Amino acid sequence: MYAYDQLDRALINERVDEFRDQVKRRLSGELTEDEFKMLRLQNGVYLQLHAYMFRVAIPYGTLSSRQLRRLAHVARRYDRGYGHFTTRQNIQFNWIKLAELPDALADLAEVGIHAMQTSGNNTRNVTSDQWAGVAPGEVEDPRIWSELLRQYTTLHPEFSFLPRKFKFAITASAHDRAAIKIHDIGLRLHKNAEGETGFEVLVGGGLGRTPFIAKTIKSFVHGHDLLSYVEAILRVYNQYGRRDNIYKARMKILVHELGIEKFAQEVEEEWQQMRGNSLTLDDGIIEEIRSRFTYPAYEKLPHMPDELKKAAHDAHFERWRKNSVALHKVQGYAIVTLSLKPVGGPPGDATADQMDAIADLADKYSFGEIRVGHEQNLALPHVARRDLPALWKALDKLGLATPNVNLVSDIIACPGLDYCSLANARSIPIAQELTRRFANHDIASLIGRLHINISGCINACGHHHVGHIGILGVEKNGEEFYQITIGGRADENAELGNLIGPAVPYAEVADVVEDIVEAYLALRVRPDELFVETVKRLGVEPFRERVYATR
Amino acid sequence: MTSPLEQKKIRIAGPSVVTANRTWDGLVIYRTARGEWSATLSEAAIVRTSEEARALLAESVADDLGAVGAYIAPVEIKESGRIKPGNLREHIRFRGVTIELPVPA
Repeated sequence: MYAYDQLDRALINERVDEFRDQVKRRLSGELTEDEFKMLRLQNGVYLQLHAYMFRVAIPYGTLSSRQLRRLAHVARRYDRGYGHFTTRQNIQFNWIKLAELPDALADLAEVGIHAMQTSGNNTRNVTSDQWAGVAPGEVEDPRIWSELLRQYTTLHPEFSFLPRKFKFAITASAHDRAAIKIHDIGLRLHKNAEGETGFEVLVGGGLGRTPFIAKTIKSFVHGHDLLSYVEAILRVYNQYGRRDNIYKARMKILVHELGIEKFAQEVEEEWQQMRGNSLTLDDGIIEEIRSRFTYPAYEKLPHMPDELKKAAHDAHFERWRKNSVALHKVQGYAIVTLSLKPVGGPPGDATADQMDAIADLADKYSFGEIRVGHEQNLALPHVARRDLPALWKALDKLGLATPNVNLVSDIIACPGLDYCSLANARSIPIAQELTRRFANHDIASLIGRLHINISGCINACGHHHVGHIGILGVEKNGEEFYQITIGGRADENAELGNLIGPAVPYAEVADVVEDIVEAYLALRVRPDELFVETVKRLGVEPFRERVYATR
Repeated sequence: MTSPLEQKKIRIAGPSVVTANRTWDGLVIYRTARGEWSATLSEAAIVRTSEEARALLAESVADDLGAVGAYIAPVEIKESGRIKPGNLREHIRFRGVTIELPVPA
């Protein structure tokens, strides 16, 4: 966990006081909505279909049990008893009252949580691998650099009014769990030939109306130069990014229109002017940030304790263990993913009672720490393997042990037209129906790794472009229709999916997905050929034929 | 959502109301014929011509303190006189989410 200092706490508290005054002036009529809108957005407050929506940042997906309990408190005291974990390591509350928001923010500030960087045309919440610091084979904990970037970008005056929003993601593992290639700046930590730590820097990724996979702008930037190089990129974007057309304002459009070579040249020229200036990170600064991340006092434990050997006779436990438990960098420990995708449930939602219970389990089994992943699941990052059977029993009682992580029913979905004022079609009921269709674990296991992503509009909060199966809701003559893409992926081999054919009506979406999955099972050459591999090998055509032959 | 400014150019094709969200809590509200806001659709002022719609919208937008994001929305008037939302989006705003909430209201 990262320990905030007095400066961090003062900043957050001042922000609450400032927003309290702004809300007061809005409610008295001193501020018009036009004047107030940007101020509320800068504090994570959107207006949705039914109410205000409050988006709270969980920087790099790390939460303490105390912080999770406070989120539960906000859900219970100011909302309707639940929250929604998003695809960018935030949590959203859907029913908040403007008049009560300053109190909610003040309650969160007491535990070091805020809503800065969750909206507006600025640098957004810095996201990272939810297994950061515990994944085997990691170059080093990427949260150290995430936190450096968080501190550097928070309320940065030069980058608070960019042409459009701006998103960072960082990974330090070979397998990218942070989806860095669909971010404005993606950073991959690695070591150069001299053994020095630095970053491959990727730019211009993003989804939405015009999706692009990020391109490498520099294969190695030394850690000392991270901030100056990132600032050079931001300066080029701030200067040349379009402000005349909101649909062309993201940096991905600039990178695409200039071309990566020209964009890289502009950045290089800017960087050479600033390189070596005050933005250079000396070892002292890096070590200071590193020292504020504390790690558990791990015990020396066996990889296969008796408790685990005994529990292995329980088929239900084994099914969950194989699906939801991952190797930890320390022997005797495990990373446990908590599925927020129960059969028939809205993806990513957790009730206040569940949050409190998870916080208790984190205290008991995970040194008080919880992680939030962009796949809308949670994780306990430091579980002793001997405790896995007991933890499983507790999670099962809470409805948090659905063994579907990375399987077909582990669906990523935006709130869609049930909540969102931008949406054209519903996402959640489609996800719920699909989880029912694929509720049989044996069938889901047979299918193997398959990611379904659903967005209720072209803004793509459900990342449909990079779903193995992507589902995009559109409106046609007042009816909900859905475009289906296949072959997308968000990992280190990120690709955009391809459309399989005309949009299908709401009632047929689950049937179409079943047809696609059945086609895959018939077409794969071996059981471990993943869905995306089959699509890559054969293209869209056989799937298109299967889906539209009888439609 | 079409902005009120753009809606000024739009001709309505059938009976419509002006709807918005209440400023202090975001609740869905409708403009009434009395120049007030109501959370009940049946109390909404019905406009049938583009001119009436533009006038009602202008009056509604002027109440910046009471409501946020006012716009014209289509409705359906049943033979019984009951007013129903004219599209799915408005139906969801009126009736609430189409799914079961994680915690029953």
